[in-house]
Amino acid sequence: MPSKITRRTVRPAPTVPDLDPVVHQRVRLGILSALAAGGTTSFTDLKTVLDLTDGNLSVHARKLEDAGYVSVSKSFADRTPLTEYALTEAGRQALTDYLDAMEAVIQAARDAS
Amino acid sequence: MPRDRPALRRHEPATAPDAAAVSSLRFIRETMARTGTFTAVPGWGGVAMGLTALAASWFAAQQTTVWDWLMVWTAAAAVAVVAGLWTTWAKARRGGDALTSGAGRKFVLALLPALLAGLVLTLAIYSYEVGASEEYFARRVPLLTASRQLLPGLWMLLYGAGVAGAGAFSIRLVPMMGTLFMLSGVLALLAPAAYGDAFMAASFGGLHVVFGALIALRHGG
Repeated sequence: MPSKITRRTVRPAPTVPDLDPVVHQRVRLGILSALAAGGTTSFTDLKTVLDLTDGNLSVHARKLEDAGYVSVSKSFADRTPLTEYALTEAGRQALTDYLDAMEAVIQAARDAS
Repeated sequence: MPRDRPALRRHEPATAPDAAAVSSLRFIRETMARTGTFTAVPGWGGVAMGLTALAASWFAAQQTTVWDWLMVWTAAAAVAVVAGLWTTWAKARRGGDALTSGAGRKFVLALLPALLAGLVLTLAIYSYEVGASEEYFARRVPLLTASRQLLPGLWMLLYGAGVAGAGAFSIRLVPMMGTLFMLSGVLALLAPAAYGDAFMAASFGGLHVVFGALIALRHGG
């Protein structure tokens, strides 16, 4: 009696696209998302929304600024320093590209299943 | 220890990339919801509120005592509040927006003070008008000038102020509607008292229907 050969279908794993390392970090992704939704946002508001410490937000905002993804303006409001961040066009494009990459991964998984 | 990076990492094959991508998208959406605009403004709910006000303005115009007139508008306000809250809650639920946090919370907190001020001033003007009659429910007190002259304009002005302020956290149509309500309120306060119900029909009726339909068509019901 011939042995029955069963063939299991191997589901190909979705591939991970190249991701922008500046964007692909939770705090920086949060900053970009917050600025995309809320427009120009103060340092204090960003800190509250993202639940970050001053130092943590400063470090990651600086990296985004160095990459040209956010712009920073410093001024005074009632003699109190006011730092505001805004998304640049490059930052908006980087976030869009990241979202596209995420959607591509999900779509690839759906196609494979 | 909290993760510093989103779940999707090249060197973590154990994490399904698609699940990690979904997690990243959820994180982005939640962050945007906390900082973004409140979009769960009810379109068809606004239309329902407007139709309620149109019907109420006709009934109110038939009343001859301050008590009956006020009861018509109180009932209309109750129906409109229920319709507005229910459709807002339903739209927020469909869109995944939160009413008690982020932009939704700011929207509600900006709207409430003006509405509470309107409630207190209504009671104050009502007390002033019926005070001389010493009849608390004022069933026989004719509709005098204080209520008819002041209340419609005051309601429009305060509701408009609340909507215009709350609109800072919402889509652009909302503050536009609030500003038009305030303008209607100013005109109603300047106009003769007999036009009060007509102004109510035009503002709480007409503006709600027009802007509700616009919101429903452009931003969903």
